[in-house]
Amino acid sequence: MGLARFAPVESGEKRQQEREELQMRMTGAAAMIKCLENEGVSVVFGYPGATICPFYDSLSHSSVRHVLVRQEQNAGHGASGYARISGKVGVCAVTSGPGATNLITALATAYMDSIPMVAITGQVQSDLLGRDVFQEADITGAAEPFVKHSYLIKDATQIPRIFKEAFYIASTGRPGPVLIDVPIDIQNTEIEFSYPSGVSIRGYKPNTKGHIVQMKRVVDAIIHSERPVICAGGGVIAAGAKRELREYAEKCGIPVVSTMMGIGVMASGHPLYLGMLGTHGTWAANRAIDASDLLIIIGARVGDRAVATPGVLEKRTRVIHIDIDPAEIGKNMGTAIPLVGDAKHILHHLYDMTPGTDFSQWLVQVRQWREEVSFDLEDREGYINPRQLIRQLSAALPDDAVVVSDVGQNQIWTANNINVRPGGRFLTTGGMGTMGYSLPAAVGAQFADPGRAVVAVCGDGAFQMQMMELATICQENLSVKVILMKNGSLGMIRELQKNLYHGNYMAVGLEGGPDYIKIAGAYGIKAASIREQSQAEEAIQEMLRHPGPYLLQCLVRPDEPSH
Amino acid sequence: MKHTISVLVENHSGVLSRVSGLFSRRGFNIDSLAVGITEDPTISRMTIVVEGNDYTVEQVEKQLNKLIDVIKVRTIPEEELVTRELVLFKIQTEISQRSEVMDLCKIMGAKIIDISRSTLTVEMTDTAEQIALLEDLLTPYRILEVARTGLIAVQKGALTINKK
Repeated sequence: MGLARFAPVESGEKRQQEREELQMRMTGAAAMIKCLENEGVSVVFGYPGATICPFYDSLSHSSVRHVLVRQEQNAGHGASGYARISGKVGVCAVTSGPGATNLITALATAYMDSIPMVAITGQVQSDLLGRDVFQEADITGAAEPFVKHSYLIKDATQIPRIFKEAFYIASTGRPGPVLIDVPIDIQNTEIEFSYPSGVSIRGYKPNTKGHIVQMKRVVDAIIHSERPVICAGGGVIAAGAKRELREYAEKCGIPVVSTMMGIGVMASGHPLYLGMLGTHGTWAANRAIDASDLLIIIGARVGDRAVATPGVLEKRTRVIHIDIDPAEIGKNMGTAIPLVGDAKHILHHLYDMTPGTDFSQWLVQVRQWREEVSFDLEDREGYINPRQLIRQLSAALPDDAVVVSDVGQNQIWTANNINVRPGGRFLTTGGMGTMGYSLPAAVGAQFADPGRAVVAVCGDGAFQMQMMELATICQENLSVKVILMKNGSLGMIRELQKNLYHGNYMAVGLEGGPDYIKIAGAYGIKAASIREQSQAEEAIQEMLRHPGPYLLQCLVRPDEPSH
Repeated sequence: MKHTISVLVENHSGVLSRVSGLFSRRGFNIDSLAVGITEDPTISRMTIVVEGNDYTVEQVEKQLNKLIDVIKVRTIPEEELVTRELVLFKIQTEISQRSEVMDLCKIMGAKIIDISRSTLTVEMTDTAEQIALLEDLLTPYRILEVARTGLIAVQKGALTINKK
C-alpha cells in the first residue's frame, strides 16, 4: 500500500497493535501449526492432499520443516525414527481417505513398539461426514485398535486443547501414537488462539512412581535369590533409563538379557550382557533364563517371540515384572511381584535400596555360556556371510551410530551380530514386524541428528517395499547409508517353508527384482555390490567415507539360515 | 462365572465404540452392556456383565483403564451387588386369557403398560432371576416380542463407585 508511508507514527503503532491482536485470531490450520510450534516440533513428515491443504498452507509460513515422503506409511515410520532418536514426539501429517488408511500400518507399528507420535489427518467437510464423499474414510474408527487415543475435531476452538492433550498423551506413561483427524472446514474456521499451559484429563493419570512396598519386595526377592537375571525391554530405552539399568546391574552383579526392542539397552560388549533372548535369541541368554531362579523383567511385555512358553517359565522361576503399563503385567505371564512405574524412577530407587549382593558363582556360570555362544562366521564361496558383514559394519561405525534393521532374516542377523557401543542405537520394529520400516525410519533418525551415522539394513524383499524413499533421501540431501542384503528371495519365509512345509517354496522368489545398483544410480545415489567377504571391509569403509547417501549391495546365499 | 463391572466414561460420541471394540478385539465376552448418563452430565455410566475367570476380569479392568475416555472401573463383588433390569414382554392373548395374565403379573410385581384387543404389554423391573421366572410363566401364552435393557447395578449401602 503506497499510502502507508504517509501515515503518522502513532497510527503505525496502532496498526502494529492491531496486527498483534489479529495474530491471535487465526484459522484452525494456523492454530494447528501454532500448536506444533508451542510443542517444540521442528519437523513434520507428510504427504499432502486436498483435505489437509489448509494445514499445508499455514505450514509454509512456519519455521517447522516438512519432509515429503513418497507414500503415507513412510511418513509414520519417518516420525517413528525421528522420535526414537530425538526423544521427542514424532509428527506426521497426511490427507483423508487413502492417505489416512495408508498411514494405519505405521500407526500400528508405532503402537506395538510404544513410540510417541502425533499423526494429523485431513478429513472431509464435517457436515458431509458419513456420506461417503470423495476421499472420506472413518480413520478414527479404523485406527482405533492401533492408537493410544484419537480425536475427531468437530469444534475449531478445541484445537489448542486437543493438540496439547495429544502431545501429552503420546509422550507420557507408556508412549504411543495419538491421531488427530481434522475436517477441512474446521481447518478454515477462524478461532481465538491461546495455548493451554497444562492438561487435565480425568481418565488419564499415568502412575510413574513405583510403590514403595512392592519395591521392598523386589529388593527382598533379589537378596534371597541365587540365580537372578534381568530381562530389559524397549521400555528401559523409552524411559531414558539405560544408565540406571547398567548401574543397577553392575551394583548387584546381575546378568542382563534384552528383548529385540531392548537391544542397545546395554553395550553389547558389557561383561554382564548376554544378548537377546527368545526364538531368535542367543543360546546364552535363553540358557540363563531357563536356569534362573529369579527373572526381573523391566519394560518388556513378554511377547511370544521373546518368551515362547511363559506358562512353563513362570512355574520354574520367580517373576518380577516392572512396567509403566499395568495391563502388561500378568497379561502374558504370571507374576510373583508386579511393580508399576517408570523404569528410570524405579531403577534409581532400587539402586539406593538394594544392599551389595554377590552372585559371582552364578556369573561364572553365565559367562561360560556366553563364551560358548558361537555363530557361523565362515566365509561363503561367491557370497557374503551376513553375520560377518554386520560385525564388520559394527567395527567400522562410530560409537554413536544408528543402525536400523528391517524385518526378516536381516533383522535376526543384525540383532545377533551388531555390536552396539555406549551411545549407539539399534532400531527395528519388534512388535509389528513391519517390512519396509528401515529406510523411512532411517530418514527420520537422520533428521533427529544430522551429524550421526545412520545405516539402514534390509533385504531385497523389504527394500522393494520402500525404495521410493530413496527420493526423499535425495530431496533432503541426507547421507543415509543402505546395506542391501540381496538373496533374491523372502529369506525368512523361504526358511520357514523349508523347515515346516517340506521345502515347498511358494511365492518367495524375487526373480523379477531390478538391478539395485542401477536403481540407486537412477536416483543419483552412489552404490556398490560385493560378493566376497574379503571385499567387505574396504567396501564398508568406502561407503562410510562417502559424504552422501550410499547403497551397498551384499549378495547373500538364498539358503543362508537365520541362525 | 459372571462379573459385573461398573465403568464411568466421558459422555461423548465414540466412547461406546471404543469400549465395545476393545471387548471384541481382546476376545472378552459381554453378557450385557447398559449405558446411561449420571448425576454429572459429562459422565456416563456403563454396567457391563462379563463372562470369564479372574484372569479375564483383571484384563478387562486393566484394558478399560487404558482407554483415555474411561474415568473409573470397578468390578462389584457379588455380595455388594444391587442389580436391576427392565424388561418388556408383548404377549398375544385371547380376551378370555387376560385375567390369568394379569394375575400372574400381579404376583410377580409386573405392570401392564399397554393393552389392545389381542395383546398385552408387560413391564417388569427386577433381578435377572425374577425376569427369567416371569418369562417362563408367560411362555404358555404367545410372546410376540421381548426387549431388555441389560443389567444395571450399584453397590449396597453407602458404598459408591468412587468410594470403597
